[in-house]
Amino acid sequence: MWADFSLHHAWLIPLLPALAFAIISFFLLRSPWLAARLAIAAMGSAFLIALGVGWAVVSKGITVEAPFVMKTVWFSMPGLVASMGVLIDPISAMMLFVVSLISFLVLIYSTGYMTDDPGYARFFAFMSLFAASMLAMVIATNFLQMFVFWELVGLCSYLLIGWYFQKISAREAGKKAFMTTRIGDFGLLLGILFLQIAFGTLDFGELAVKVPAYVQQNGAALLTCVALLLFAGPIAKSGQFPLHVWLPDAMEGPTPVSALIHAATMVVAGVYLVARAFAIFSVLPGAMTVIAWLGCFTALFAAAIALTQREIKRILAFSTISQLGYMMLALGVGSLTASMFHLMTHAFFKALLFLGAGSILHALHDKADIFEMGGLRKSMPATCAMMGIAVLAIAGIPPFAGFFSKDEILVAAAHVSTPLYIGASFTAFLTAFYMARLFLVAFFGEENPHNHAHESGMSMLAPMGVLAVLSVIAGIVPFTMGFGDWVRFGPAHHAGIDWGIASASTLIALAGFGLAWAIYGGGARRSDAIAKQAGVLYSLSLNKFYIDEIYQWFNRNIVTGLARVLYWVDLNVVDGIVDGAAQKSGAVGAILRRFQTGQTQHYVALMLMATVMLTLILAITAGAVAGGGKI
Amino acid sequence: MIGLSHYLLVGAALFGLGLFGLLTKRNLIAVLMSIELMLNSVNINLVAFSRYSATDAAAGQVFSLFIIAVAAAEVAVGLALAYAIYRGRDTVSVDEMNWLKW
Repeated sequence: MWADFSLHHAWLIPLLPALAFAIISFFLLRSPWLAARLAIAAMGSAFLIALGVGWAVVSKGITVEAPFVMKTVWFSMPGLVASMGVLIDPISAMMLFVVSLISFLVLIYSTGYMTDDPGYARFFAFMSLFAASMLAMVIATNFLQMFVFWELVGLCSYLLIGWYFQKISAREAGKKAFMTTRIGDFGLLLGILFLQIAFGTLDFGELAVKVPAYVQQNGAALLTCVALLLFAGPIAKSGQFPLHVWLPDAMEGPTPVSALIHAATMVVAGVYLVARAFAIFSVLPGAMTVIAWLGCFTALFAAAIALTQREIKRILAFSTISQLGYMMLALGVGSLTASMFHLMTHAFFKALLFLGAGSILHALHDKADIFEMGGLRKSMPATCAMMGIAVLAIAGIPPFAGFFSKDEILVAAAHVSTPLYIGASFTAFLTAFYMARLFLVAFFGEENPHNHAHESGMSMLAPMGVLAVLSVIAGIVPFTMGFGDWVRFGPAHHAGIDWGIASASTLIALAGFGLAWAIYGGGARRSDAIAKQAGVLYSLSLNKFYIDEIYQWFNRNIVTGLARVLYWVDLNVVDGIVDGAAQKSGAVGAILRRFQTGQTQHYVALMLMATVMLTLILAITAGAVAGGGKI
Repeated sequence: MIGLSHYLLVGAALFGLGLFGLLTKRNLIAVLMSIELMLNSVNINLVAFSRYSATDAAAGQVFSLFIIAVAAAEVAVGLALAYAIYRGRDTVSVDEMNWLKW
């Protein structure tokens, strides 16, 4: 009953938060209490419907091959029919569940975290719109609909990252996020246009049939280029190298926003797009190789940066980039199941990590450097315990959630290529190390006497508790219940645990923990000496491999130089042509107006002369014709 | 024997006199009178052609009647304008009437 209703009213899932956004921004901006309740109620209802959809998928046997599709024509013109609709299959149902649940929890958390913010009601409006865009993107039936909401997600991220707009850095971060993702969106749009021109449709179902047929007939070269164009969108949105630069800066927004962006609503959009269009990517081995290697490189690269960062949210941001690299790697090696599984578990423990970080920042009044924290386990025991769970989960210690999903990725990578497997494993080691570093430095050791930390209130701890439970069970429960039977591409994926890889990855994670303990354990600070020894490597990592600086240099020298040249061309060539045309007509007019004396008798004389001349001409030519050459 | 060409010569002479007056006279009234001369030379031509051409139709004579009517109207309007200009500007010299230009 509920499942049936939910399935046929799945469009309500994005619509309810969108309505909450509209109502709050039009009527409730002055009543924050009501606005927060409304946003939470709308999101809660959306979550209940998403639960119903999930149950319907299981009970009605909706599979990836036979999805439930409802669509209606949005607009049409000759040669183009754009439709809007709802596409429910196990993948989108899983995403609906994760996104609505995390958004719901983050909204509850925000009631505590955002207290005293002057834009309280507006914050809930934006958060609702953010979640609504993401949910609508998840259920899109075609590329166009997906692109529309994809852009809306980008807009909301801009609004929320730049939330503290009185701070210059926040404003800049918002712009950076928006413009960096726009670069990728441009490629994505080009890819979509090509698909529309080549295949006459953007529907995922139809493309899944037409693209493999096309590849079989005409080869993969052209479509590989198209797929790489499409992939430019996810590169930017999901923070893959080299367009990852906006993601660390995105922490300028309030912490709940970071949690939402990093866990549920923004960065996974790119991963989801690749998964949704997997029928296109999977038949193009060239594109798959690029995705796999780029994912692996991003994972390693971001983890190497995270090693030396000092601000708590920045560490978490780079760990997000790294984990997104994992998901892309999984997609690239052809395992949609592993990627989606990791997306789900990562969403839970990363949301928990960010909410925990928010709890600390709230208690310490936005003191972000982990080396200024220290000893927080005494003053914030609950936050400490839950952060500990999240750290174990992200490091991949059994039986926490991250272990199972990471294991599947490692297995899938090992099947395809050993270098990828080694890269992923080394990333796992680095991940364990920097997460343990964060945990040890912030929660153990000497208490900083300047901090007067206190435990956060229930509105913040309760959502964290739910996420902590999920971070423990979200791996083992789906794993034993056959996640791979539902969320898959191609044949059902029965991954037993590969004990060799599983024990190796566990040992690697423990080694990471051990190294972190050796350097940071027991309040000891041996890190400075090591940093000195590492020299160049340390400063490379600390400065994020100077990618931002390279972009800035490029911007300052190349882009500005080009702009100067174009400005000159505009000023002298384009304007020169326009001004020249005006000047010449003026000059001609100055000459011609001398004939316009205003003296009627001059005009008459001119008329007379013209008549005489005409008559003469006519007479001569007529005479020549009539006289037959006599004249 | 007086033939068509004599009439045409008179017409041409009259037209030439009118044109000369039109181009050289400085007085607005004289200019108007010159125009009248030219119109009347046309009338002479029309009537002469009508008389000496073979057909019985009196088209040329009817045309000249029309021209006389139009000329009368033109004189009425022209004199009225001349008077209005004289009242406004205190002059009838066409040399000074050059304000209809840029």
